[in-house]
Amino acid sequence: MKKLMMATAAAALLATGAFAGGHSKEVKLGVVLGFTGPLESITPHMGAGAELAMKEVSDSGKLLDGAMVTPVRGDSTCIDAGAATAAAERLITADGIKGIMGADCSGVTGAILSNVALPNGVVMISPSATSPGLSTAEDNGLFFRTAPSDARQGVVMTEILMEEGIKEVAVSYVNNDYGKGLADSFQAAFEAAGGKVTINAAHEDQKADYSAEVGALAAAGGQRLVVAGYVDGGGSGIVRAALDAGAFDSFHFPDGMVGAKLEENFGSEIDGSTGQHPGTDSPGAAKFQELAGDAFDPTSAFAAESYDAAALIMLAMQAANSDDPQVYKDKVMDVANAPGEKIYPGELAKALDLLKAGTDIDYVGASAVELIGPGESAGNYRQIVFKDGKITTAKYR
Amino acid sequence: MDFLNAFVALSNFVLIPAIAYGSQLALGALGVTLIYGILRFSNFAHGDTMAFGTMATVLITWWFQSMGISFGPLPTALLALPFGIAVCAALVLLTDRGIYRFYRRVKAKPIILVMASLGVMFIMNGLVRFIIGPDDQRFADGARFIVTAGEFKKMTGLSEGLALKSTQAITLVTAIVVVAALFWFLNKTRTGKSMRAYSDNEDLALLSGINPERVVMVTWLIVAGLATIAGVLYGLDKSFKPFTYFQLLLPIFASAIVGGLGNPLGAIAGGFVIAFSEVMVTYAWKKVAGYILPEAWAPDGLVQLMSTDYKFAVSFAILLIVLLFKPTGLFKGKSV
Repeated sequence: MKKLMMATAAAALLATGAFAGGHSKEVKLGVVLGFTGPLESITPHMGAGAELAMKEVSDSGKLLDGAMVTPVRGDSTCIDAGAATAAAERLITADGIKGIMGADCSGVTGAILSNVALPNGVVMISPSATSPGLSTAEDNGLFFRTAPSDARQGVVMTEILMEEGIKEVAVSYVNNDYGKGLADSFQAAFEAAGGKVTINAAHEDQKADYSAEVGALAAAGGQRLVVAGYVDGGGSGIVRAALDAGAFDSFHFPDGMVGAKLEENFGSEIDGSTGQHPGTDSPGAAKFQELAGDAFDPTSAFAAESYDAAALIMLAMQAANSDDPQVYKDKVMDVANAPGEKIYPGELAKALDLLKAGTDIDYVGASAVELIGPGESAGNYRQIVFKDGKITTAKYR
Repeated sequence: MDFLNAFVALSNFVLIPAIAYGSQLALGALGVTLIYGILRFSNFAHGDTMAFGTMATVLITWWFQSMGISFGPLPTALLALPFGIAVCAALVLLTDRGIYRFYRRVKAKPIILVMASLGVMFIMNGLVRFIIGPDDQRFADGARFIVTAGEFKKMTGLSEGLALKSTQAITLVTAIVVVAALFWFLNKTRTGKSMRAYSDNEDLALLSGINPERVVMVTWLIVAGLATIAGVLYGLDKSFKPFTYFQLLLPIFASAIVGGLGNPLGAIAGGFVIAFSEVMVTYAWKKVAGYILPEAWAPDGLVQLMSTDYKFAVSFAILLIVLLFKPTGLFKGKSV
């Protein structure tokens, strides 16, 4: 029996060796997203976006002189920091990944960063974590994100409202990290710009009755009600109750509220309301949609950002001519920003060639990537306005 | 100083929503209290009984709507309500036959019945989600408003608007009718009297020839009716979602206990106490105070006792305070 086990072990070792030998130039990248949990409806598209970039690079055979890029998926669960940490740990120690495309939600992203990525020295690029807290998290230069911080969204919101001549608003936010972070950053920005936030109150998601919340908001007053919530949850409930009670007739909607459901729920009742969500009119978005075809939904939230996150990791490897995270981490900002030749989705092979020749590139990608400050997207927003019950684009900023 | 505007603002944001919510809670609490008074256990499945009855009504409403039957300016759901009650009654009678009757026969302790009702709750929970799904369902139709805030402002020339939703008016009227009918039934009819006798003293009632199984059956029928009506009114006024009905269980129990478990009058009072406290304690009085007080005294702050986050804590604080001073509730109920 013992012999048999030994033999099996030896055979397995040999097999692994042979396998590794055959793919000596294999680079594994982790795709850590909440494939189960509250974001499970959008993560398949995000994962597919990231894997599309990896396939593009593998097929070109130009990364580090012909390395194959293999995605390895891990489940971040979006809410369970323990499970997310374990999944990321496994990818690094067992699968030997060289970088992480992820994670998705702010909470688990912070957990993976401090517990796994930092001690193991692995680069992490999140496509969708927007909490302002991550801007100041200790990262040794390993953490980036292709999503803008909500601190940025607070500033953009302030600009939009100020341009509309709105000086006094009431704020209702969903009681979680996203809502609180956004409401606080907005209040800071709005007051710095000379505006007044009459009340900044939380609402619990998924309740049926919001008359008490709306009573307080109405008493505080304001020219517009800012609803930092979810369109499928309490955010719509607040808007409905405010309209019914005649408390507010125009609103401002951050990214969590902008969706087709909003038109369906309220239609022309909220004409004149404004809002913004991450979006760009850069040609990259259209190219990305073309590239994705029918394989997945490229317009799904953060799918473009996921493609860009994966692309940035691989381009930085090529620029550093190494797949060692400690080496290529310094190149991420270089490939993402000007100067250099602009790179759009589908042009990764060209980018790899340019980098090999020593030419600078400026990766624009699907979401008009521009990394600022501590390695996060500057953020491009689509400003919307309600006209005749439809969401229309006012402009991009 | 402007008392009229102050009163309108107060009615719009406090009185009307609280009265509607209070009526819905009162109807729910009546069901809980009847079960407690006659079957002698706390029925945890009540929230989901409400959800089940509402679901049946919603499905029948959709069927009516697809056939083009409508109720004029009133919601079609009111037409479907009797059918919903029938379906719900069938289900609760079935659970009584299958589950509770066994525990009554073996004279199980109340706590065992409570646990059994917990199990029933989970089964109904799953059943409702299985049939209609966990999502929000809208089934209200007909006129949405009796008067909207804008119209009211135009009509009266006041600076404050008053919105009265038709569902709020329907809720109040239905609640009054149902409660009146229930009290008439309990106090004037033979069956009602036998129910009260059974509730007061089971052994004496048995000796005087009251058939316990009949009393139990009638109780379940009434409870199914109350639960379905409460659920449908709540769903019309807000929206139907299985999970919120499950959550309603807490304020409903709070109402029943505050009023005195087993006492129908207490259940109604409890419903309104809980509803008003939830809305009033967390209301920001700035606007109202601004109208009533002289200008120089008008407050800058919100004059809010506590943030709306604490609205659920308020009802439980009141529950605790009431139980500390009157352990059997505001109206004399059975001790818990």
